[in-house]
Formats: sequence, structure tokens, C-alpha cells
Amino acid sequence: MTAALDVKGLNRSFGALHVTRDVDLTLAAGARHALIGPNGAGKTTLVNLITGVLRPSSGEVVLNGEDITSWSQAERARRGLARTFQINQLFRGLTVLENLCMTIGERDGNCNNMWRSAGAKRAVIDEALDHLEALRLVDDALKPVRELPYGRQRLVEIAMALAQRPRVLLLDEPAAGVPSSETHLILDVVAALDPDIAVLIIEHDMDVVFRFAREITVLVQGAVFTQGTPEEIRRNEKVREVYLGQEHGHG
Amino acid sequence: MAANETMTRSTADEAARERAADYLLRRHYVRWPEVLPWLIAIGCYFAFPDRMTFGSQVLIMVMFALSLDLILGYAGIVSLGHAAFFGLGAYTVALAAMKLGWTEPVSGILAAGVVAALVGVAVGWFILRYRGLTLLMLTIAFAAMLQEAGNIRSDFTGGYDGLPGLTFDPLLGHFQYDLYGHTNYVYVLVVLAVVFYFVRRIVYSPFGQALTGIRENVRRMHAIGSPVHRRLVTVYAISAGIAGIAGALFTQTNAYVTLTVFDFDVSAKVMVMLILGGTGRLYGAFLGAAVYMIFEDKLSKLSPTFWQFGIGLLLVLAVMFARRGLLGLADTAWRRIVKRGAP
Repeated sequence: MTAALDVKGLNRSFGALHVTRDVDLTLAAGARHALIGPNGAGKTTLVNLITGVLRPSSGEVVLNGEDITSWSQAERARRGLARTFQINQLFRGLTVLENLCMTIGERDGNCNNMWRSAGAKRAVIDEALDHLEALRLVDDALKPVRELPYGRQRLVEIAMALAQRPRVLLLDEPAAGVPSSETHLILDVVAALDPDIAVLIIEHDMDVVFRFAREITVLVQGAVFTQGTPEEIRRNEKVREVYLGQEHGHG
Repeated sequence: MAANETMTRSTADEAARERAADYLLRRHYVRWPEVLPWLIAIGCYFAFPDRMTFGSQVLIMVMFALSLDLILGYAGIVSLGHAAFFGLGAYTVALAAMKLGWTEPVSGILAAGVVAALVGVAVGWFILRYRGLTLLMLTIAFAAMLQEAGNIRSDFTGGYDGLPGLTFDPLLGHFQYDLYGHTNYVYVLVVLAVVFYFVRRIVYSPFGQALTGIRENVRRMHAIGSPVHRRLVTVYAISAGIAGIAGALFTQTNAYVTLTVFDFDVSAKVMVMLILGGTGRLYGAFLGAAVYMIFEDKLSKLSPTFWQFGIGLLLVLAVMFARRGLLGLADTAWRRIVKRGAP
């Protein structure tokens, strides 16, 4: 079976700084994969390489059997690769509903149309509302994104990615910046994701990682330090030293 | 799944959905204040019969500002070289009339629009890979290059002395251009109305929404699969075409054109007008161009040497107290009144 996402020997340097070193990573369809590592390990850089924000110095990115290494971000997105950003990237001046409709419009190619009114397709609006409903955001539908509390904006961020109907979803610290009283909302959403979507999550909260992931990759200084099931990672002495030791010293 | 959800949805949820959907379904409807600028424009025809040439100039600048609004206000492309396309349109009809004897006005402005749009595609393709200050500099450079090219071939373009004494056929074969510019005013107003109709449709279309998306957050647009560069080049070409039509009307109105239409001043002026009126709101172009030009007209009569001081003061006040332009100011005031009126 072809993997949903296959990263082979990925390298990226910024001048003399080698931020991604020979990374191999495979996500099967329906994968629940966590990417962990200390700050500066190159996690977000890896996401940017996979989604095409950055070009690798060498290596390949394969999506559903197709080599997409030379593709633009937009082409990758249209083929089912979606992501959320570590820091919200939303259309802040537009309403939540408009944000969602934009995503659906670009996904379906509606946005090539210059003549029909954007509101004329009821099906698009209904689908957007369905996505909002799933995340309990309907009451905020008509508010500009910038007026929402940050935690709710995080939910919009996830709704946007889901509205792309992705086959591979990359979640870059979905709960970052969210008050702890609200993190459960985000985690419930992540837990309830469509089982067919391959998900890669970057997360610092080890409770979340161990609860969510079936596989974990530990990234240290741009290279894959080790990879395994949550149980294996938990027992790995070296991982405890480089990573868990610092952040989970109390646990 | 959808059917299942519908059954379990409460009436309150259903109502919230309906409200939200309604807003988008009706967003593009025409609201009554939109009629005002057109009524005023028609009213001016009867109220100021001896100022019709000035009136035509105002309407032409409105169209030019509207073209800039499409790229600046909606797509967020900052250009200080939009006079390039205005000038291209102006010279297209001038040269066509002079060298080819193509003096039919309506087909003339269409040709001008096409020429400017085609150049817009070519230039946009190149410069819209850049953003911010780099893009700004490139727009300025392009307008300057066109002007200089026209200067080098001044045997052909008339240079800064211009191409005087252009004549055009009667409109639609019937209506003579009269000395007071009555015919011309109606002609420009009708063209503006047609152009405005197109722009309004574009702005409220899914394509127009995507432009807003690019302005609001280009990183997100890439991430959701939007062909950003293609969208920008498309709207740049449309905007260039409209600027070209405005330029063509300018030549036809004055029966005269010089290379000063490419001046940096012209590019800067149209941007000032738009910002004064309010960007990204269609009618900002109307208000901004009208207020600016009337101010300029009155002040320059009052003090032929120092009138720019007044324009400067107007701008300082606008920047300090009306960040979103005069229309933004009106919007805020209106909201306050409505709020106070509400129980």
C-alpha cells in the first residue's frame, strides 16, 4: 500500500546552518503520528518543507505516491495536504463564516468566478456552517475573526484545515497559546478527526502526545533521533535525557 | 451525516445557521445609500451646466481611483505607478486618432482598455512576484520607464509638448462634442456606470473574495491552495484596463495629451484621492476624487501659489482623524448614531 505521505532523506540548510538533516518519515493512511523534540529541533521547518513553504536542499516529499517535491504550496494543498499554523494565520478582518467559505471556494475552484455573487451558492455556505457546527462555532459565524478570543481562533484554524477535506493533515501545536481551561476543546476535536486522514501533530504537551499518537518521531537538532510507539519512546532512556528529562522532570 | 445532524439540531441552532447564511446571501444586495452618488452626479448635470468639463475630469478621476481600489483596496497591491496605465490608455486613443485616423470614440476607449490590460498582464506577471517596498519601487520604475520611452520617441509621441488638436467623431455618430462639455459629461458618466457595474460584480464574486483573502493573509491563501500569483495578475490586468479607459476618456475630453499623464504626481494623486475617500469600499473612489478635485479647484483659485498647503492640511487631518478615509469616518459616525438610538 502506498503511504499517504512519505518523506525521504530530506535536508535543508540556511547558509551554514543545517536545520534539517536526512529526515525520513512515513505516514500511512489514517496515521496518528506525533513529532516531538526540544525547541529549535526543526519541527516547524519540517512542516514547512513538507507543505512547500520551503524547498529542501535535497530529498523527496511523496504524497499518495506522487513526487511533490517541486510542487508549489497551492498545488500540494489542492491534492489533499492541509496544515494548521503554530501562530494563527487567518483572515482577521473577515467573518468566521467568510474564512470558511474562502477555503471551500478555493478547494472547489469557485474562486475563478468573477461574475456570480460569492453568497449565491447556498451549498458552500451550508458546508461551511457544517464545519463550524462540528467545532461549536456557529454562534461566532458572523463575527470578524479578530474579535474572537485566541482559543476560539485556534478552533477556526482547525476548521479551515478540515474544510480543505485533506488526506494528510499537519497540526503544528494546535493547542499553543490556548488557555488551559480550553485545551480540552481542541484535543477533543483532534481526537475525533476522521480516521481515514493521516495526521501528523507537533505538540509539546506529553499527555496529549501519548494519548493521541500511535507513533512518535523524536527530532533533535534537525535529525530523527528515534522513532517508535508511545510505549517505546516512554521507555527510551536517551529520549528522557534529551527531551522528556527537561520538560517532564517532575513526572 | 448531514441529514442526521439536521434532525438533532435545535431550533435555536437552526436559527443561528439561517442568520449566518442570510448575511452572505444578501451581502451583495444594493442598499439605498448606493444610489446617492449617482443621483448627485446626475443632479450636477442640471445644477452646474457651465462646469461640465470640470465635472468630466472629476468622473474620470473617480474611474481611475476605482481601478486603483480594485488592486489596492481589495487585493492589497500597493502601486505608485498606476499612471502608467492611465497614460497608456490616453496615448492609445491619441495615437490611433493621429496616426491611424481611428477617431470613433467608443471603440477607441475599448481599444485603450485592451492595450492597457495586455501590458498589465505582461508587467504584472513579472512584478507581482514581489511584495511590499520592492513592488512599490517596481511600479514607480515602470511608469518612469514608459514616460522616458515616450520622451525618447518624442517625434512619435509629441513628448512634453504633447499631441494637440485631436478630433474625435460624434458619439455614436450622433452627438457632437459641444463647447461646454455637456455631451462629454453624459458620455463619461455612462462609461463610469458600466465600469462600476463590472467592478462591483467582481468585488462581490468568489474571485473578489479571494482577492480580499490575499490582502488579509497571503500565507493562508497559499495554504488553502489558492493560485495567488495568477489571481494577482488577473486583477492587475483588469485594473490596468480600467485605468486605460479612464486615460482614454481623459484624452477625448481634452482633445489633447502630453507625457505629463505618466507623471509620478498623477500616480500619487490618485492614491491620495483613494485613501482620502476610503480604500476597499468602492465608493471611496467617488468621494475621495470629488473632494480632492473640488478642494484643488477652489483653493487654486483662492491662492494660485499656495493652494497645495490646503491639500496638505486636508491630508494631515484625514490621516489623523479618518484613518479609514472619509467613508470610514461616516461609517463610524453612523454606527454611533444607530447604537445611541437603540434601546
